[in-house]
Amino acid sequence: MPESLLEIRNATKVYKQRGSGGTRKDVVALQNFSLDIPKNPASIITIAGESGSGKTTLAQVILGFVRLSSGQIIYDGQDMSNANPAQLKNYRRQVQAVFQDPFGVYNPFYRVEHVFNTVIHNFKLASDKSKARSMIEEALNIVGLHGEDVLRKYPHQLSGGQRQRIMMARAYMVKPKLIVADEPVSMVDSSLRATILDVMMRLKNDAGISFVYITHDLSTAYQIGDKIFILYQGGVAETGNTVKVIDHPKHPYVQLLVSSVPEPDPDIKWEGEITLPPEEEMRSSVNSGCRFYPRCPRRSNRCLEAQPSLYHIEDEHDAACFLYESVPGGKPVPAAKSALETT
Amino acid sequence: MTNQDKQKPVLTVRNLCVYYETPKGDILAVDGINFELFEGETLGLVGESGCGKSTAAMGILQLVVEPGRIAAGEVILEGKNLLGLPEEEVRQMRWVKLALIPQGAMNSLNPTMTVSAQIKDVIVAHEGRHALKDIKPRILDLLATVGLPGRIVDMFPHELSGGMKQRVCIAMAIAMNPAVIIADESTSALDVVVQRIVAQTLLKVKEQLGVSMIMIGHDMGLMAQMVDRVAVMYAGKIVEIAPVKALFADPKHPYSQLLIESVPSLRERKPLRITEGITHDPRNPPPGCIFQLRCPHVMEQCRQVAPPMRTNKAGQQVACYLYDQSEDGELIHARVAPGNT
Repeated sequence: MPESLLEIRNATKVYKQRGSGGTRKDVVALQNFSLDIPKNPASIITIAGESGSGKTTLAQVILGFVRLSSGQIIYDGQDMSNANPAQLKNYRRQVQAVFQDPFGVYNPFYRVEHVFNTVIHNFKLASDKSKARSMIEEALNIVGLHGEDVLRKYPHQLSGGQRQRIMMARAYMVKPKLIVADEPVSMVDSSLRATILDVMMRLKNDAGISFVYITHDLSTAYQIGDKIFILYQGGVAETGNTVKVIDHPKHPYVQLLVSSVPEPDPDIKWEGEITLPPEEEMRSSVNSGCRFYPRCPRRSNRCLEAQPSLYHIEDEHDAACFLYESVPGGKPVPAAKSALETT
Repeated sequence: MTNQDKQKPVLTVRNLCVYYETPKGDILAVDGINFELFEGETLGLVGESGCGKSTAAMGILQLVVEPGRIAAGEVILEGKNLLGLPEEEVRQMRWVKLALIPQGAMNSLNPTMTVSAQIKDVIVAHEGRHALKDIKPRILDLLATVGLPGRIVDMFPHELSGGMKQRVCIAMAIAMNPAVIIADESTSALDVVVQRIVAQTLLKVKEQLGVSMIMIGHDMGLMAQMVDRVAVMYAGKIVEIAPVKALFADPKHPYSQLLIESVPSLRERKPLRITEGITHDPRNPPPGCIFQLRCPHVMEQCRQVAPPMRTNKAGQQVACYLYDQSEDGELIHARVAPGNT
């Protein structure tokens, strides 16, 4: 078993909500999620799913913005819920973030160099100006930019792709072990997305930085991702090797998702028409049974009785669906008792 | 040209120029675009952010606001040049002849009005006062056309999901049975499954009503699924217009080639195609071809005079010196040595 960089064990996040008439409606944003990122080799782990599937909650949990309702985050052998301040500081340095909106993260009054100067100052990375300058240049070069082209510019003078690459360079400066990238390409033009994906690949291969790549776009995940988790309403629907999962999706939701990606080929059209059940039915089966039940074309009564656990389909490929319960040699992947059942 | 001669254009755009005034000179957001929209067809207008595709839509609808202005051009709808008409006449044509589904349509609904009140607004603005009970059946019909249940008619926008709001906007756009609908990035903020539902709704509505549509976007996958022809825009100019199959099978302009190659595939893992964004100052485009600074095939003549638009028999038009027209009207690779003029 290779040593873990980051291990998430049975992470559950429940947002308490008060419904009308004093009834409590809890929203389970993330349920019983487990993830293990090895130290070596660096890898790109994709978290995919639709809005409300819990992918951003997971990013916030990893970054420490949101506390878990139950479960553990273990970084380099240390449980972060009882880490001391020095360990926390080290964690915040080694786990960096790149966010979705490349327009909102900049202060429009400052030149681009301010972003880098702040990092250097906060983490005391350089002792003098020329050393700082060469560090900035190195970070910019790795994302394919040059200091003299961008440092004296204001954010509005750069394209979305350039701004996002500068954010990657900023994260790279502190030499992190892991970058949590929350939808880093969704607001960037499709023709410029490749530049950002390429930077992620290079940081992974050359600098040994792992990524948690959060996206709703399966095609970019397919191009760069190693392992993928596809979430549906807070739970994992399917997980495994990215190519295996996308080439041969097993869970009915993932099959629907993959077939809905518009194919860039006018000769291959969407097959059949799909409809969604009314909104109120969509989340009705939250506490009992499979959450995809209202939309599932292959549902049975069994699916209402219990939530399917992850079943092993083949090497590096698991799906949470009773259809695969009896796959030869298949057995449920052991998971701790759901936090929902215990509380 | 045989293919096009058979069809009747509903909307003709000629030399449309929309400029934004800045203290350092005009930004040439849309700089002389020409195209025709034929009856019943869907034309895709694609290009990266900042290429002027949304501005072109605003120019066609005459909704350009300060500091922008329509500097030149003609927009001919059913024989009338909209750019010559007084504002009141143009206002009457919007929704009725020419409807817009705006970018981020889901945020363009009024949060304080119910769905029925918003749709009623459109009808009342053009047909005069109606009691709500008289037009309610019509509103329910519209909702049914876009696949929404009647029960949402008295709901407020915040009670609806993104895909539902988007479809309410489509219902508003078809309320007056327009000849042309312009859909500006109408599905770009949605999840793939919901995007597919909204896209299917648009296609169905288009077929039922026989309306012509301009679809603006940068998702080439969606374009392949939905449109009949594609116009590729770069920095304010249209560089290629082609039937969708021809564009994907044989993109002619180097920029179209780049756009199509940069679409990430779900079928094979391949090396990523890296490219920069628009590189020149939009106030001072270089003389000659607009794409010269990023073009891998740039030649001396590209830096002097902009290439003319050439059309082949299948209706593929391209503005690039790499191609010559043969005697039988095909576009063939020009034999120009690099550096020659």
